[in-house]
Formats: sequence, structure tokens, C-alpha cells
Amino acid sequence: MTTQKQLVLVSAGTSDPSSTRLLADRVSQRVATLGLQKELTVEIKTIELRELASEIANALVSNHIGPKLQQAITALQHADGIVASTPVYKAGASGLFTSFFQILDNDLLIAKPVVLAATAGTARHALVVDDQMRGLFAYLRTVVVPTSLFAATEDWTDPGLNKRIDRAALELVALMASGFEKTVRDESWGRYQHEFGSAGGTELSIDLDSDLMRLAAGGQA
Amino acid sequence: MQFGVFSVSDITRDPVSGETPSEAERIDAIVQIAEKAEEVGLDVFAIGEHHNPPFFSSAPTTLLAHIAARTKRLIVSTATTLITTNDPVRIAEEYAMLQHLAKGRMDLMLGRGNTAPVYPWFGADIRQSLPMALENYNLLHRLWREDVVDWEGKFRTPLQGFTSTPRPLDDLPPFVWHGSIRTPEIAEQAAFYGDGFFANNIFWPKEHYMRLIKFYRQRYAHYGHGTEKQAIVGLGGQAYIAKRSQDAIKEFRPYFNEAPVYGHGPKMEDFMEMTPLSVGSPQEVIDKTLTFREHFGDYQRQMFLMDHAGLPLKTVLNQLDLLGEEVVPVLRKEIEARQDPETAKPPTHAVRLKEKYGDQPARQPRPNANRGDNVTGGSPYQDSR
Repeated sequence: MTTQKQLVLVSAGTSDPSSTRLLADRVSQRVATLGLQKELTVEIKTIELRELASEIANALVSNHIGPKLQQAITALQHADGIVASTPVYKAGASGLFTSFFQILDNDLLIAKPVVLAATAGTARHALVVDDQMRGLFAYLRTVVVPTSLFAATEDWTDPGLNKRIDRAALELVALMASGFEKTVRDESWGRYQHEFGSAGGTELSIDLDSDLMRLAAGGQA
Repeated sequence: MQFGVFSVSDITRDPVSGETPSEAERIDAIVQIAEKAEEVGLDVFAIGEHHNPPFFSSAPTTLLAHIAARTKRLIVSTATTLITTNDPVRIAEEYAMLQHLAKGRMDLMLGRGNTAPVYPWFGADIRQSLPMALENYNLLHRLWREDVVDWEGKFRTPLQGFTSTPRPLDDLPPFVWHGSIRTPEIAEQAAFYGDGFFANNIFWPKEHYMRLIKFYRQRYAHYGHGTEKQAIVGLGGQAYIAKRSQDAIKEFRPYFNEAPVYGHGPKMEDFMEMTPLSVGSPQEVIDKTLTFREHFGDYQRQMFLMDHAGLPLKTVLNQLDLLGEEVVPVLRKEIEARQDPETAKPPTHAVRLKEKYGDQPARQPRPNANRGDNVTGGSPYQDSR
């Protein structure tokens, strides 16, 4: 008896196929293979951010979430694990990548396990994942696996990359199998900050017993 | 069901002609727009409140009193009156005065205001905006219902023996709508007092507004003001109308593309698909507007935004002709035929007067001679003990 798990791959690569997507694909495939060994059937969904580029820009300037963006948000909301991969531009993650994650509700990804990956033309960008991207995913209250993935041009011919992919994939599978996200969400969801309609439109609980609600009903705060 | 137009009071460059109206031109235009609204058979005109350019409406009661004097049937209202940076005592006084001058043809909508720099200009702090709004309204509600108020709170100096004058017309407080797009506490306050709830219904998909309106209806019933269906709901919306659909789309697109807030963003077609915006023939606007009651339940007031984004006065007046002559009459008929019989009547002065007094005459407060203080003794009015 195996358990179904959703793995969502987010790629900010721009060419087709891109090395950024390729790196994420290799992690995802390893996650699926290692998952089977732990009786997890991993279904992979892919979000190509280049296809959402104009909707992401619209959402940033007007709060208007387009239909493709909404689909991506729904996929992430149901994700049991995430592989997020971006090219490095000017010593940072692609603006498309950070913009996408900046649009999401603060509570959408709470406790979800994540593999972070980046590609670049030079090894000089190697610390972008650990120095820059981890902060964003910490803010979103995700659990980023210990092994960050980075591939400069020369890494594609280095068997060391495969070893790191294996490591990161196993770390992700271990977190997905442990049920960490479910425990946190089931037992502690109310302790995180939420807004009415956040978590991609699913957070609808209203605390009628707050100071503000008492003030709303004519009382003193 | 009431139909009307609401204006943000933006003074925006017309992207087609390149002209930006002067403040004087735009203020003259808004009076003409309000008069036109009455002429074409609309029920309500509402104006926003802003304290920074490019908006002109910093003093809504002055404008609305002028419009009320120039019209006969039109209800004047706001969209919104700032319940945060305005002293609730001044709101009580100014809007009660407006209510007298307009002979009851007024109400108001309260909102918090989301422009952070405005708050400190009035000695306030946007981080306190929600508790301030809630507390200020609790006070405002009392000022219109109690002749003498003793009060102490966090956001203004305490009041001892204060009487807000003039007392509301016929001692019937102005009807209040609470406008909110995301704050359950505001919906709760509207429900607690049995006031109206208004969703601007402009920027976001309907699901967003449906949640909050549903919550308001449930709480309205919870507090015993009536059933969920009897709760008082108002909705915004925006439309651009032309006889032929393709003309509407062609004419409105340059204004849409450069509109403040959503311009330079989504494609107009996507925005129409995902939000309540209608751009099309009268029938298309009718069809879309008729879907609102299916999503939000039967409601009392439908407002349209028609004069923004630099649309020139001539175009706006033409839009009002189309709205008043070809859209609203059909909407009135269709909605009347479909409306749940339990639905409450729109809250006019006459309807509410009847609710409060039945066939009895309304209270007409007459002050006692000035004795210099309200703190000792009873009410300053002759009819109270």
C-alpha cells in the first residue's frame, strides 16, 4: 500500500529546455524513485514561470491574480514537496522567480519541504542559494532541505552534482514521508499569522473572541 | 433596489486628449454628473474622501449639501467617509447637518483609508487604523442616538456631557454603510449595529467579496436584526457602455490601460473575465449585473463607477444617459421579478421613519435655554426628563 504525494516543480528557466528546468527535473525524478522505496507514489506537477510571466507582473502591480497564476497557487497549496529552481542573474535569483514567491500569501507554504536549486554560467554565483534564496523561503515558513543545489556550466560534467542531487532528493523524501507538514498544519496552524481569505483563498476561519471583535461589537478593546 | 454612481474624485489626465482638467473644472463637472444622475432616473450619488492630490474631495459634506440643494429626489452619499482620520464628533455634526439640509436624502459609507502618509497629517497612525475605526464608530453611533454622551476611549480626548448638534433629522440617525473588502471586524461591526455592508466589487474576483458578505449576513442574523436575506448589502461595480459592444471596447481601452490602480497591468478582456467590470452593449452590462444577486444574494444598492481614469465629462454624461435610459430600467424590472420577497427595502429616510415611529409624529428636539453646561442635570432638550 503506497501513499500518494504531490511534488510541485517550479522553474524560472527561460529557454526550452533550460538547464534550470533540467536540474529541477533531475531532482524530481530522484524524489520519485526514492519515494517508491519508502512506499510513496510521487506525482510531479510542473510550473514553468516563463508561461506566467505577464500574470506575475500584473499581480505585482495590481493584485490581480490571473487564471494560470491561480492554477499554480492551487498546485502549491496541495503540494507535499516543492523543488524550486532558478537561473542566477546579476548575482541573484531571477526576478521572475522572486516575484512569483513574493505574490503568494504568507501562509500558503507553511511547513512544506523544499529543495532549492540554481544554475549559473559561473561557479562564482555558488552561494546565491544559501545566502539569498533561503531567506525568502524562511520567511514563507517552509522547510528547506540541508543540501542546496547549484550547477555552474562545469558541474554538468561533474559526477559530484549527481551525488548532491541524490542527497537533496533523499532529504526531501525523508521530510515528505515524516508527515512534518501535516503535523504542523493540523496542530499549529492557528499560531501563524493569517488573513481572512489567505492561504490561496482557503483560510476562512474568523476568531470571534479577539479584542478587535469585541470592539467591533460595541465593547472595549 | 437603488441604483447610483460613485466617484473617487480623481483628477486624471485624459489619455486620449492628453488634457488634465483643473481642480475647478473637475469640481464643476462632478456637480453636473450628480445632477445628470438624477435627471436620468438614478437614485444615489456618492463621493469619496481624499486628502491628497490628484483628488479633490476633501470636504464631502460641502459638496453633497450643494448637490442636494440642486436636486429633488437624489440621495447623496459617500464612498467613503474616513472613520479613522476624521474625528467622529465632527462626522456626527457635519453629516447630521447635511441630513437636515438634504431633508433626509442622504446616508454615508464609512471606510478606513489605506494611504499611510495621510494618517500622520491628522495625528493618526495607520497601524492603529482598525481599532481606531471600530472605536470611532462606536462613539459616532452613540453621538447620534444619545442627547448627552459621556465617553472615554483610546483615540480621542474624553467627552463629558457632550451633545452633538444638530440632533439627526427627525431624531433618526443617518443610515450607515460599512465599506470593506477584506476585514471581518468591519463586517462584524456592521452586523452588530444592523447597519449596511458595502463591497466595492471593483478589483477582485467575486469569490473574494462573497466570503465577507456571507459572514456579514450570518452575523446580522446572529444579532437578531432579521434573517440573513434581510441584511442590507450594497455593491459597487464599473461599466462602460456603448450601443455596440465593439465600440465600448474600443472607446474604453485607452482609459482602462492607463487607469490608476489597475492600468498598465492585466489585459482589459482578462479583467472583465475575472472581475465585475462590464464593457459592452447595454444588454451585456445588464446580463453581467444580473449575475451579482446570484453570487451575493439579493441586495439593496448597486453603484457604478463611471467618471474615473480621465474620462472626459461629455463621455461621462453620455454614459449616464445610457445607464439611466437603457440599463437601469431593465435591471429594475428584471430584479423585481426575481427578487426574494423576504429582501429588505432600501434604507431611505421615509422607510426608516416609518420603522421607527409608525404613524406617530417624529421627535423634533427643541433645546432649553443655554445654561452653559450639559454635565449636570438631564438632557438639554425640552422633551426629555
